[in-house]
Amino acid sequence: MSRIPLPYNPKVMDLFRNPKNLGKMEDATVVAVAGNPACGDMITFYLKINEQTQVIEKAQFESYGCAANIATSSIVTEMIKGLTLEKAWIDITWKKVTDEIGGLPSVKFHCGVLAVGALKRAIRLYFDQKSIAYPSWLSKEHTFEEKQALEEEELAKTLSKRMKPEAEKQQ
Amino acid sequence: MVENVKELLKLHESITHEVYLDNENSTIVPQEVLDAMLPYYNKKAYGNPTLTHKPGWEAFETIMGCFGKISKYMGAKNLEEITFTPSETEANNLAIMASCFAQKDKGKKIVISEIEPINVLQVTEMMSKFGFSTTKIPVNSEGFINLEKLKEAIDSQTVLVSIAAVNNEVGTIQPIKEAVDIVKTKNPNTLFHTDASDAYGRIPLNVQQLGVDMATVSSFKIQGPRGIGAFYLKEGVNLERILEGPIGTQKLWPGVENTPLIVGFTKASELAFTDFEANVAKLRGLRDKLVDGIFNELTDLRFNGPKGDKRSPDNANISILRCEGEALTIELSLKGVYVSSGSACSRRLLQPSHVLIAIGRIFEEAHGSILMKVTRSHTEDDISYVLDVLPSAVNRIRGIVGSTGVH
Repeated sequence: MSRIPLPYNPKVMDLFRNPKNLGKMEDATVVAVAGNPACGDMITFYLKINEQTQVIEKAQFESYGCAANIATSSIVTEMIKGLTLEKAWIDITWKKVTDEIGGLPSVKFHCGVLAVGALKRAIRLYFDQKSIAYPSWLSKEHTFEEKQALEEEELAKTLSKRMKPEAEKQQ
Repeated sequence: MVENVKELLKLHESITHEVYLDNENSTIVPQEVLDAMLPYYNKKAYGNPTLTHKPGWEAFETIMGCFGKISKYMGAKNLEEITFTPSETEANNLAIMASCFAQKDKGKKIVISEIEPINVLQVTEMMSKFGFSTTKIPVNSEGFINLEKLKEAIDSQTVLVSIAAVNNEVGTIQPIKEAVDIVKTKNPNTLFHTDASDAYGRIPLNVQQLGVDMATVSSFKIQGPRGIGAFYLKEGVNLERILEGPIGTQKLWPGVENTPLIVGFTKASELAFTDFEANVAKLRGLRDKLVDGIFNELTDLRFNGPKGDKRSPDNANISILRCEGEALTIELSLKGVYVSSGSACSRRLLQPSHVLIAIGRIFEEAHGSILMKVTRSHTEDDISYVLDVLPSAVNRIRGIVGSTGVH
């Protein structure tokens, strides 16, 4: 059990209590998942994209995660609404999101960065799924936030392998 | 950071009923325990018990009385077998370090279980710096140690076995007497320590009948003040002191005895052991009402640890699927219900409860677990209140999870 104090700020608490843009989106243009429930953090990110203008018309999320994860996901969906994919890709960085949310306890970095990783992954997925060539602003190489999400997912795999195979399952 | 906490606390201002169930991590000290302690700060026996004046002699007399009572409650042969330490953590460190150092010429092997308290895991790991290796005995899906594996693990080089009498997270009551017999048959020189902090005041405990060489108990685990615990060392067993300083009434732990805390711990013990059976029945009744109520209100739950007589009467540990534990502890806090979780969400290393993983729970089950311990100070109304607010708290967090992670 943790012994690390977690003094969440009022903005985080407000978004934890009243998350915006929560829930599954049935008519999403693209759906991206980041994290793994084995690590205790997983986000599903839904984007409704106007394919003519490449503007994000709607963004929603679902989160299996802690208060920091929920609050960060919520604020990202608010920050990107109405942005073009290009602007969302370039402007919405981990640093900008943490500033917007008023800071997170440092130990919560991996929970928060996942929301930005999910966004970047959704944007990349949009071009992949539509088989549209990457525009010049979209790097082939993974962004910092996508790498963080990948790292967490790899860690979950390693942890799952280390689990006891001999322990019997209980009902 | 402190400003944030002030704001966090403001969010709790409208709470009308509070139920503290996180007795694993601290406790509410009953007023009568505090009343017993307070005079020892400024009215009587405030002296150092080793000095030649009235307040010192008063302190000496008081502390000796407490040694006597605690030794009786633990089932020790005499009061010299008891040492007061600042807590369970220090007593466990003392047991492991002091016994290993004293026997380093006989062997360098330690045996513990996979589900020992974190302080035992960490101090045995630290002992590797001194050349000691540690074998961890596996447990089954209810947390019971594998006695066959224990037998296999003991050899002529094994100097110490440390297995908790009751697991602090899932409440499993271990067969300590059988374990001691197995260990001593294989190697009579191996010392046996048990952390009995979660057994003391909850199940009948008698260190002589168990046959252990060392045992730990903790004050706050029985509604006593924090900062005090007791260590039992069987007469005739030699340990090497791990702390140096002026020795007072106890040769294993230097420094000035903390009379008020010792008195508080002893008073808390008295309250737990007077009408012991009625107290235990009360704990069991409240715990069962809590668990049954939760299972009646919610689905997709896992009960962690054994049921019935082999479980500590105060302990409830439930995994709530599709619900992240840290988020749930905060949601419950805002409603005045205080619990802890086996979730890993506050660690970069992402390690959920090692106990839940050892009994075969998958990570999601550990992340969604909550640990609750009732005390005899709780009322039926308290449990009803928890049952009123818990389902809606779980349902709100499950609403945020939605379809995420559902395959």
